[in-house]
Amino acid sequence: MGLQAYLTLAAVVFGIGLFGVVSRRNTIGILLGIELMMNAVNINLVAFARFSGSEIGMIFTVFTICITVAEAAMGLAIVILLFRIRRTVMADHLDLLKG
Amino acid sequence: MTETIAFWALAVVLVGSALAVVLTKNLFHSVLWLALALTGTAGVFLLLNAEFLAAVQLLLYAGGVITIVVFAIVVTERLVGERISHTNRRITAGALTSLAFVALVVNTLARQPLAVDPKPVAADVTRLLGESILTRFVLPFELLGVLMLAAMLGAVYFARPED
Repeated sequence: MGLQAYLTLAAVVFGIGLFGVVSRRNTIGILLGIELMMNAVNINLVAFARFSGSEIGMIFTVFTICITVAEAAMGLAIVILLFRIRRTVMADHLDLLKG
Repeated sequence: MTETIAFWALAVVLVGSALAVVLTKNLFHSVLWLALALTGTAGVFLLLNAEFLAAVQLLLYAGGVITIVVFAIVVTERLVGERISHTNRRITAGALTSLAFVALVVNTLARQPLAVDPKPVAADVTRLLGESILTRFVLPFELLGVLMLAAMLGAVYFARPED
């Protein structure tokens, strides 16, 4: 399979993740969508590394995977903190900044 | 030929489980579908000769992230006593947005002259990765350590008992 097939697959997964981020009501559901999008980006990086014969894209992927895991841990910590304060994790009810 | 079959099988698993992640009504099932999607991505990495990344993907994502998410669901849903269902809103707008995005990217990809055959890689990619990370990319690697420390401190700070 050529590079185009992998990039198209990644674009489709990214689009599905984007749909999840836009449409989910639960904050944890939104975070799951973000994980899907990050995953699609990693597929892109590895595919480019494979088809250009350079290992740098794979090194970049090692870093993005680590950063994504830190992001997931912090995002869920914030969700748990929000739940403590507001007693809900529904994004529609988290309107503290509305004034 | 084998590679083509493997690619299409992985693509079906990946897209199907990704759709299930964003469409299932049960939040817990969403997380399990996400685990399948992440494992499918590890399969794609294997197909691209990145064995080390496939292992990292399974350990960190399918192992670590899924555990944290399940923990977060247990903490936030048990106390509130609601059912662990979650619904979508503005489905039409969301679907239009993501379809427009995918159409844009796929259209752009179709116009570009992209490589068809993979370039030969070193026999031992994992060794190459390790050597590069500890020589040329040692500064980002150390910065990553600082970031991990900061994330750990932040998580501990958020999790402190209320006073």
